[in-house]
Amino acid sequence: MAEQGSNRSPETGAFFQRDRQWHPAAFTPNYKSSVLRSPQRALVAFDNTLSELTGPVFGHAMLGELDNDLIHNFARPGESALGERIIVHGRVLDERGKGVPGVLLEFWQANAGGRYRHKKDAYLAPLDPNFGGCGRTITGEDGSYAFRTVRPGPYPWPNGPNDWRPAHIHFSVFGHGFAQRLITQMYFEGDPLIWRCPIVGGVSNREAIEALIAALDMQSTIPMDALAYKFDIVLRGRRSTLFENRPEGN
Amino acid sequence: MAQSLDRLKESPSQTAGPYVHIGLTPNFCGIGGVYANDLGSTMLNGETKGERIELRIRVLDGTGTPLKDALIEIWQADANGLYNSPSELRGAADPNFPGWGRQPTDMETGVCLFRTIKPGRVPFRDGRLMAPHITLWIVARGINVGLHTRLYFSDEEKANAEDPILARIEHRLRVPTLIAERRGDTYVFDIHLQGEKETVFFDS
Ligand SMILES: [Fe+3]
Repeated sequence: MAEQGSNRSPETGAFFQRDRQWHPAAFTPNYKSSVLRSPQRALVAFDNTLSELTGPVFGHAMLGELDNDLIHNFARPGESALGERIIVHGRVLDERGKGVPGVLLEFWQANAGGRYRHKKDAYLAPLDPNFGGCGRTITGEDGSYAFRTVRPGPYPWPNGPNDWRPAHIHFSVFGHGFAQRLITQMYFEGDPLIWRCPIVGGVSNREAIEALIAALDMQSTIPMDALAYKFDIVLRGRRSTLFENRPEGN
Repeated sequence: MAQSLDRLKESPSQTAGPYVHIGLTPNFCGIGGVYANDLGSTMLNGETKGERIELRIRVLDGTGTPLKDALIEIWQADANGLYNSPSELRGAADPNFPGWGRQPTDMETGVCLFRTIKPGRVPFRDGRLMAPHITLWIVARGINVGLHTRLYFSDEEKANAEDPILARIEHRLRVPTLIAERRGDTYVFDIHLQGEKETVFFDS
């Protein structure tokens, strides 16, 4: 796995504490699946050890040419996925505001009609034979990334009798330490369903919700081809090690 | 008012949802041809050093029903207690062992299997050795923020007894929730999300 810029100094600082008030709570009863799947006892806290500070490295060499092109990576030769063509781009930053290079981003989504290619998705919207729904990329030296896809459709889901998910793309974010591991979702500017969604509503702070809404970015569109949305992702920052206590006996 | 610290906030977590496999293990859920392999599905090769073991993990909800749509990632040291990571400054880890694995729970049985090696001991912040352990991260529909826990080994009683993280658990009755039971070369580990036997989850 190892293959990373050796020009970077090794990162050994512990991660900033996770702000649990900013994240959704485990138990959010309006999102029914959380009721039986949420731990009810307090988390046991401890400062990061090597087991949380370290993490694997993913090199660009593992990527296939079409991994970041969901319009073509499942399509038959010469064909492409149906729907509103978009580019999603942005940067992965840490809480200090620095771009994080070498982050593995994996994304998945429903097709333009709101249907997932999954045997458990029974929504009546049709499958697109040219759309798989998964992609991945690795951030560059400044933390930037981009991929091409179609805008996913909103879809109904069995929670309340008439709950709809806003259009969204799921993101898995793999930073440098295992304690940075994060899964989140990207929503689209202007979608009225965002504010009605029980999953989004698990986040209680409006500003935190807005941090998950990608902005329409007309400067990054490809004329006559694709619209663009900009979505930045923030990972836990590391404490400075400049004046770290020296561990005893080490 | 004072100057701004110019800090950003971590992106809020959102559930992985019921279709996490599409993104993270597409071959497992029938989306072939996009990636050659599902990432993290193989941790061993013929050259990997250490004792071969199998982890047999289930994640149970508040009724005791195994989750059939969960995904687990593990992160561990090699047989000598070294992590295969640029942040590991104590030495070079086994180049034939990535230390990281990812597996879905079986869609029928809820069982999640990892073939790996038994990790060596890693020092705690103060230099004392922690007991051999594997870090787990669990995501699924209904889990709003990925859950962090550890798997320790039932045949490491002495090391477990002096482990600084296990020592931190105030309610001693809960310590066994982190200890996988050895059966031959397999360790069996049930993670209870709720209830009497709720597993200890960490904030670290
Ligand atoms: Fe979804």
